[in-house]
Amino acid sequence: MDRNHLKRQVDFMKRSFLDQGYLDEQFIQLEELQDDDNPNFVEEIVTLFFNDSARLLQNIEQALVSGPIDFAKLDNYMHQFKGSSSSIGAKRVKDECTRFKEYCTAGNAEGCFRTFVQVKQEHATLRTKLETYFQLARQAGPPGTSRGQVR
Amino acid sequence: MNQSNCKGSMSTASSSTNWKANDVVPDQFPAGLRVLVVDDDPTCLVILEKMLRTCLYEVTKCNRAEVALSMLRENKNGFDIVISDVHMPDMDGFKLLEHIGLEMDLPVIMMSADDGKQVVMKGVTHGACDYLIKPVRIEALKNIWQHVVRKKKNEWKDLEQSGSVEEGDRQQKLSEDVDYSSSANEGNWKNSKKRKDEEEETEERDDTSTLKKPRVVWSVELHQQFVAAVNQLGIDKAVPKKILELMNVPGLTRENVASHLQKYRLYLRRLSGVSQHQGMNNSFMSPQDATFGAMSSLNGLDLQTLSVTGQLPAQSLATLQAAGLGRSTTKSGIPMPLVDQRNLFSFENPKLRFGEGQQQQMSSNKPMNLLHGIPTTMEPKQLASLHQSAQSIGSMNMQVNTHGGQGSSLLMQMAQPQSRGQILNESTSSHGPRLPSSIGQPIMTNGIAGGVIGRNGIGDNSRGTGYNQVPPSSSMLSFPMNHTTELAGNSFPLGSSPGISNVTSKGPFQEEGNSEMKGSAGFISSYDIFNDLNQHQHKSHDWELQNVGLHFDASQNANPIQGNLDVSPSVLVHQGYSSSQRSGQNRNASAVGRAMFSGVECVEQGNMQNFSPHLNNLLVDNSIRVKAETIPDANSQTTLFTEHFGQDDLMSALLKQQQGGIGTAETDFDLDGYSMDNIPV
Repeated sequence: MDRNHLKRQVDFMKRSFLDQGYLDEQFIQLEELQDDDNPNFVEEIVTLFFNDSARLLQNIEQALVSGPIDFAKLDNYMHQFKGSSSSIGAKRVKDECTRFKEYCTAGNAEGCFRTFVQVKQEHATLRTKLETYFQLARQAGPPGTSRGQVR
Repeated sequence: MNQSNCKGSMSTASSSTNWKANDVVPDQFPAGLRVLVVDDDPTCLVILEKMLRTCLYEVTKCNRAEVALSMLRENKNGFDIVISDVHMPDMDGFKLLEHIGLEMDLPVIMMSADDGKQVVMKGVTHGACDYLIKPVRIEALKNIWQHVVRKKKNEWKDLEQSGSVEEGDRQQKLSEDVDYSSSANEGNWKNSKKRKDEEEETEERDDTSTLKKPRVVWSVELHQQFVAAVNQLGIDKAVPKKILELMNVPGLTRENVASHLQKYRLYLRRLSGVSQHQGMNNSFMSPQDATFGAMSSLNGLDLQTLSVTGQLPAQSLATLQAAGLGRSTTKSGIPMPLVDQRNLFSFENPKLRFGEGQQQQMSSNKPMNLLHGIPTTMEPKQLASLHQSAQSIGSMNMQVNTHGGQGSSLLMQMAQPQSRGQILNESTSSHGPRLPSSIGQPIMTNGIAGGVIGRNGIGDNSRGTGYNQVPPSSSMLSFPMNHTTELAGNSFPLGSSPGISNVTSKGPFQEEGNSEMKGSAGFISSYDIFNDLNQHQHKSHDWELQNVGLHFDASQNANPIQGNLDVSPSVLVHQGYSSSQRSGQNRNASAVGRAMFSGVECVEQGNMQNFSPHLNNLLVDNSIRVKAETIPDANSQTTLFTEHFGQDDLMSALLKQQQGGIGTAETDFDLDGYSMDNIPV
């Protein structure tokens, strides 16, 4: 069926995200929290994340470009961002954050700059992938149900 | 695991809503656990909320620490546990943790994406009961209820001190059964440390100067060490500094010892007969109750302060005195009868006991008793509560003394220690209607404080508020003085008979105490029973302690005490026996009564109060029984009385005994070299 096919596609996509390390187990945890009361829970959370993280990234960017670098503050911002990313299972993003923090601790501004670029990139990539994913998921309908298209 | 057990015991403490300690449907637990989650990250916050909801907890989320704190302050009993992020913009998570610990004493779990050892250690030293690494998994959240249960249990245990230890273990086991693998801290680690925690706390405290909550948990062992040191120095010469040196426990501070010593003194005093008074006072005066209640509150306040500061004794004493003095007027109505009541409990005061007044007394007494002897395990808060009760008791005693006049000195003495204990009781009582048993308890607790009290404390330890009763029992056990047990129990009667030469009984009791103490120890186990009872009886949170262990079948009314006795027949009997052996029946009666009281009280305190009617019956029963046995001779009464002397007296008596001078009963109340001056003579 169309829907089943779509569902399989969604699953496949998710699998690949996991395999490629874009997402980790935490994402699955979130999906497990999803239920009939909150059929779009994961999508809502991810949306919330991307909105909020944009703000955090802004802060970091500001801290990097304006004046002498305050590594402590940078580390702080990045810590928040990292925590947020890890909560939705954004693995690659999180790994970049970890690297960034290491540079921060080392006081390596150059390293911070470079890594930050990576962070933003991973962040953007994930966002796109997940947008596609959710679109597909919506079409496929709630997992495990053979209901008509949800949306 | 026995969720039900845990629940029963613990729930009272927290919020009365979802889970009531004692009888609430344990099965529901931990569903409905009220969690407050604080995190500035909105994504995390929503995820956590969802996870917690999935665990069937009641969740309140908050993204600012300040807001969270005010929420907690406004609604002190509105939450069972708090989960907070470490890094927050408006307030450091550890600071919030400290605040919560000091003000509300709720279990707090810290969270962070940072899993560095230092941060985790910081969490530990600041008193977090767990530390979760983000991203948090739902499995980690499923078991957070264990922290609530454990905390209650520990509080309860603290009150009981040695007595409760067993129960605590039991409880702990229950919680341990649960699968706690949560978070960074492995639950097992936490659990297995339960008992050790007490000791470790002391050490930890030392470790980090930043440690905010210097809660010394006076475990049984620690208390025993303490008592040994005190005995070695001689109660008169036992100054904190020297005791500290002798104990040689790393991490223990002079202040810890000082406050503990004060409690101990009160306890002894209580044992010598003050307890009786207090119990009586409480019960007698309904108005007193109010007063007590007030006192309790006062005490409670004081206690809290004390607990915070760790310096309860001074304050509590002061408060007690003030309260007592103040109260005395109110109480005056009953003074005498109160005394009788006290005796009743212990001996046979049928009259007072059963009245509500008794309950009151009981309640008030109980607390005191408990505290006195057992301050050890009580955590500051608990101690505070104990003090409170003690204070209340003290005040009660004061009143009693005032009225009675006669035994005033004794009473006073008792009042003092008792107040302490009573206060505890009071506190507890204030929480709930103290069961008449409380009267019995006071006696028991006081005297027993050493041993029995601890036991009683168990019952009463409703949350810490006044509850120290439980611990006291524990301490009783650990208390060196087995005598105390007896004394505690006996104290009551002493109080009642004004002018009774409480002292006299001391000697014999002391011995009994010993035996009783042993019994008490056994008793402690019986606490479980009582606690259970308590649990059933939904007590105010304060009494969680009671609930925890004691299942006092107060509900059974018929013989709650008896039941208790049955429960711990060995214990009670033992006590009774010892008593009888010593002083003949009286002792036994008192002992038994005491034991019963302990049990009863414990239960009652928390539950008793609720069940007051039951308890009264129980107490009455017990007391009657006790009386029957003991009453035979006037002497016994006195002896009983003497037992009630204030814990201090008892303690000193005991000490002397131990040191070979048991006969002192009468006057070995000079326990406090330290400052038990509170005793208004």
